[in-house]
Amino acid sequence: MRLNRRTSATVAGAALVGLALAACGGGTDDGGTPEAGGGGGGEVEVFTWWAAGSEKAGLDALVGAFDEQHPDVTFVNGAVAGGAGSAAKDLLQTRLQAQDPPDTFQAHAGAELQDYIDAAQIEDVSALYDEFGLTDAFPADLLDRLSTEDGAIYSIPSNIHRANVVWANPTVLEDNGVDPEATYEDLDAWMADLDKLKAAGVTPLSVATTWTQVHLLETVLLANLGPEAYTGLWDGSTDWAGADVTASLEDFEKLMSYTNTDRDGLDWPEATQMVIDGNAAFNVMGDWAVAAFEEQDKKLGADFTAFPVPGTDGTFDFLADSFTLPVGAPNPDGAKAWLETVGSLEGQVAFNKAKGSIPARTDADPADFSEYQQTAIESFGSDTIVSSLAHGAATPVATLNAVSDATSKFTTGASDLATYQQELAAAVQG
Amino acid sequence: MLKKLRRAGPPLLLLLPSLILVGVFVYGLIGVNFATSVTDNHTAAQATGQEPSVVVWFRNYLDLLGSEAFQHSLVNLVLFTVVFLVGTMVMGFAWAWMLDRPVRGEGFFRSIYLFPMAVSFVASGVVWRWLLNSNQGESASGLNRLFQMIGLDFLQNNWWNNVTFGIVAIAVPAIWQLSGYVMALFLAGFRGIPDELREAARMDGASEWKLYRHVLFPQLSPIALSALIIIGHMSLKSFDLIMSISKPANYQTKVPAVDMYVFKSSFDYANSAAVGAILLIIVALVIVPYLIHSNRSEKR
Repeated sequence: MRLNRRTSATVAGAALVGLALAACGGGTDDGGTPEAGGGGGGEVEVFTWWAAGSEKAGLDALVGAFDEQHPDVTFVNGAVAGGAGSAAKDLLQTRLQAQDPPDTFQAHAGAELQDYIDAAQIEDVSALYDEFGLTDAFPADLLDRLSTEDGAIYSIPSNIHRANVVWANPTVLEDNGVDPEATYEDLDAWMADLDKLKAAGVTPLSVATTWTQVHLLETVLLANLGPEAYTGLWDGSTDWAGADVTASLEDFEKLMSYTNTDRDGLDWPEATQMVIDGNAAFNVMGDWAVAAFEEQDKKLGADFTAFPVPGTDGTFDFLADSFTLPVGAPNPDGAKAWLETVGSLEGQVAFNKAKGSIPARTDADPADFSEYQQTAIESFGSDTIVSSLAHGAATPVATLNAVSDATSKFTTGASDLATYQQELAAAVQG
Repeated sequence: MLKKLRRAGPPLLLLLPSLILVGVFVYGLIGVNFATSVTDNHTAAQATGQEPSVVVWFRNYLDLLGSEAFQHSLVNLVLFTVVFLVGTMVMGFAWAWMLDRPVRGEGFFRSIYLFPMAVSFVASGVVWRWLLNSNQGESASGLNRLFQMIGLDFLQNNWWNNVTFGIVAIAVPAIWQLSGYVMALFLAGFRGIPDELREAARMDGASEWKLYRHVLFPQLSPIALSALIIIGHMSLKSFDLIMSISKPANYQTKVPAVDMYVFKSSFDYANSAAVGAILLIIVALVIVPYLIHSNRSEKR
């Protein structure tokens, strides 16, 4: 068959239109944002990275409380799985940039929000604190940590985790002549026992990839500097070039020498597993690690012990998940309803019982929680609260990235202590 | 005029959709990327226009190229690429050469060697992360454990955790994965050489080596060039394999693609775009001469 010119031109034109339509169709897909309803009803899209395990269980429990408190608003799960939240943060970055925000999204409370604040992507919710009566329910220390310099607060925490916890395997300690009941005054006392373990041929301290090393670093800084000077590291009142920071970095270097050599290839569950399996004596990790022990039927006190990092007793190195109110949220009333549940006693108890963290509120009944959680709740109520570096409470993302880069360079042996200290100082001062 | 339009019109119309799409989504976005890379758009506030960003021309590039961290990434990239290229070329050629001789079970071996290519980098990366475990001695696992078991203890090493040459260890899985592909290319090249040429050379009294040196290798050189270009540009863009064996923050395995990712995650779009542009330029340095070369030989 031979086509004449006109026919082929028509065909070409049709093909052009078809392709253009297809291109448009592909371009307008916005990831399924729900249409907002009016008033207090409608749907609320909650964007999280809680897609599996105890986090998913916690979210489900929170949704249960939400449905009871706000039956007129439909919860839409916007959870994105993958990469401990990095996949979700990537997608969130894109959506906020395209001014297509979810109704509310999960973010680490504290300085990690600074980028969103600077970009005018989230609203000040301090008015909601008064409206929901959260100002009295949360510890004053926590409110200080959450507020920006001008007193605004941009998110409502759903749960609290503690970062400065040492997990230990008492069997390994006993077998190698270390008293499992021992309490350590400071890092030096602890390192004396670590030396004993090293001489006995076991891995004294397990650690994983860079962020867990930064996590270890922050607890060392906290132990040596004390809560006030530690907090000063982030607001500029403590000098990074000072001698006490140098001493802390020396301690950090020494602690790293007790750790497993395959650390950079592991993530925290594998490092904690070394303690569970008896391949390492100690592990410094946040208290989400308790879930790993409990999942394998280990009993606190008998199969594992937990205590604050030596030298940080009386300090609670906190990090928190929280929810925000994005600028231009399709259904702000729905988002406020969600935030109300997040801050409410019922919501916090339901969520944290399932997730294994503790409520940010001080009026929850500790009897509802597990044995470890009870100790954490007690400390949270009485300890000085400081912000975690490795988990975004203390600094914005860019600072944390620079600190991580410097730390990785140091722990792989590519820089010496003096360079490390300079790079840390440069990282924090921006 | 009208006649010309009639003749050129339909083909142009047919091509137009893809031209527009490629123009907007490839070249247009490269343009946007370049425009971002010459601004001081380093914070989230500037990205959304809350704070002004100004054009600083090539300062980002100069800062990056002058920074020790980025130089380390570039060195890693070069090391990785050299080892990856040499490894796949040598292995691929050797396999093709062996399979080119009439061997029993050729099809079987061909599939065996080609198979790793069917696995995604992310999946094989997870497995190789275990194989390349850097523990030695009692707690060793993976390849180090294997070396112990076969009595080659001295071969144990810390693989990708070596500060200087760690990246080379990551080239090992990359070589494992793509040597089969290079083999297939070379094998096709060998098969494309008519038997008459070999016979003629033998008739003229050429030794085996001379046969390869003067008859077969020259015929294979276009294949070798294509293989170099294909593997080379894949190597320069390597990201998924490195990310799934190592982690973005690990100093020892930083490459520019990882830097780009880390910059983007901290809302530093200008530096992220600059790293992207640098990568594009490096790839172009490899590809453009090749395109010019092949264009010329086609015309001839």
